[in-house]
Amino acid sequence: MASTTPTQIDQAPPVSKSARSTGRAGDKIFAGLSKGSGILLLVIMASIAIFLTYRASIALSKNEGNFLTTFDWNASATPPVFGIAVLLFGTVISSIIAMAIAVPIAVGIALFISHYAPRKLAAPLAYVVDLLAAVPSIIYGIWGALFLVPQLAGLNLWLDEYMGWTYVFDKTQAGVARSLFTVGILLAIMILPIVTSVSREVFLQVPRMNEEAALALGATRWEVIRMSVLPFGRSGVISASMLGLGRALGETMAVATVLSPSFLINGHILDPGGGTFAQNIAAKFDEANEFGRDALIASGLVLFLLTLLVNGAARLIIARRKDFSGANA
Amino acid sequence: MAKRIDVSGLSAFYGTHKAIDDISMTVEPRSVTAFIGPSGCGKSTFLRTLNRMHEVTPGGRVEGKVLLDDENLYGAGVDPVAVRRTVGMVFQRPNPFPTMSIFDNVAAGLRLNGSFKKSELAEIVERSLKGANLWNEVKDRLNKPGSGLSGGQQQRLCIARAIAVEPEVLLMDEPCSALDPISTLAIEDLIGELKERFTIVIVTHNMQQAARVSDRTAFFNLSAVGRPGKLVEIDDTDRIFSNPSVQATEDYISGRFG
Repeated sequence: MASTTPTQIDQAPPVSKSARSTGRAGDKIFAGLSKGSGILLLVIMASIAIFLTYRASIALSKNEGNFLTTFDWNASATPPVFGIAVLLFGTVISSIIAMAIAVPIAVGIALFISHYAPRKLAAPLAYVVDLLAAVPSIIYGIWGALFLVPQLAGLNLWLDEYMGWTYVFDKTQAGVARSLFTVGILLAIMILPIVTSVSREVFLQVPRMNEEAALALGATRWEVIRMSVLPFGRSGVISASMLGLGRALGETMAVATVLSPSFLINGHILDPGGGTFAQNIAAKFDEANEFGRDALIASGLVLFLLTLLVNGAARLIIARRKDFSGANA
Repeated sequence: MAKRIDVSGLSAFYGTHKAIDDISMTVEPRSVTAFIGPSGCGKSTFLRTLNRMHEVTPGGRVEGKVLLDDENLYGAGVDPVAVRRTVGMVFQRPNPFPTMSIFDNVAAGLRLNGSFKKSELAEIVERSLKGANLWNEVKDRLNKPGSGLSGGQQQRLCIARAIAVEPEVLLMDEPCSALDPISTLAIEDLIGELKERFTIVIVTHNMQQAARVSDRTAFFNLSAVGRPGKLVEIDDTDRIFSNPSVQATEDYISGRFG
């Protein structure tokens, strides 16, 4: 709170001439570097967007099917017919499953590390969680296909038996669990470390005096977390989740290895089949001709827009309660 | 409401370091007792043992007895959470919950203690804010964040939050040290009103403040840096400031050290 006031800055003792001049050169170099980095970032973003839009427009102008509603991907046929309906559905559903599983668990782990675990346990645990992030996604894919898919057979049966009435968990097709549900679980494991470590950092930032305020009112440890820690960490957890969601939306190799793709929209998430943007691009890119690649790039553009949309929505959620964020405390 | 505090043979530790040594004193109900003494003498630590906040610091440990009327706060089976609901605390820096509105800040302790009807809650919040002399300034913006108030208002909000749960005792840890003189005056006036209802213990670095607000004053000192703090004497404030029985007290209040 008691920050430096402008008057105090004015009263700062004059800097000697030599110190000032080197300070200015340093200032200029640093200001130039950071401005340059900022501009570079914008240039990269703009060139990606221009490239995607240009190539996509070539493909879209010749597409005979409706790009948004077609359940098919025949870019090499004459006339070409392709659409993103299945891919959009698969991407969104698998990411929702991943978020629904990963975010609560990640917040739980982060709270355990920051507020419950004894210090001797907290540090190694945080390290192990971070280590999970270092596993390459193809390894997750192989592990998912060879281990997770067969292991999930039992869970699938159980969900079908007892939760089948929900429609979503009704398994209508036989076959191994190369489904959106399995992909969702795998993505959840993959995004767990990033969501956990960012959330943990935010929870550790909660000012001690905010927690003591709750303690002094007679709050139990859980009540302290509910009154002080979670509200303070809320925007941080949302940001962490967005980072995780970005990874889930764009994950390619793990999904391509586990999913058995099909061009059907199927609300029964335990059934094999479906597809995601990134998985579809990876599966088709090598064999596609020039036009086919443009078509795939068009689907990539949609993924790009989807990510922008989701991030924008998250910013809105954070901004809506900015006064209460604790940033102005 | 408003109970007597009876401390006997109390020592507090941070890990192996003894911060305060063998303190005994009695605090009368419906009075203001001020703790004064140089930095590091353990007066804040001692204050925090009175609502079992000391032990939330890693390594914090307490020996001895604190009787609230007849109940030992450190007795076997006493829940520290329950103690803190009976002994309220106001901190050095105003610490309203930044994510809560003014109303929710005052209602926070009540919501911990049980469920209240909306009308009941509104009534208690209004009464507490009036009790903290803040009602007129905030009644039109109860739903705005508490962190938008000035420092002095925030501190009175914290006092309202503490008295909303009707504690037996109110502990104040240098409540005015982060405030300007006008806000300080407002808090001091408030302390004078609150002592009609609560037992108040206040730690202060400001000896004039101790002289203005308190009925009794306790002087703490330490023999050397790193040595545990001790209670030198406790007496009526008038006597402490006019004719203390220990030389060190007189040296301290007359500005010869500290």
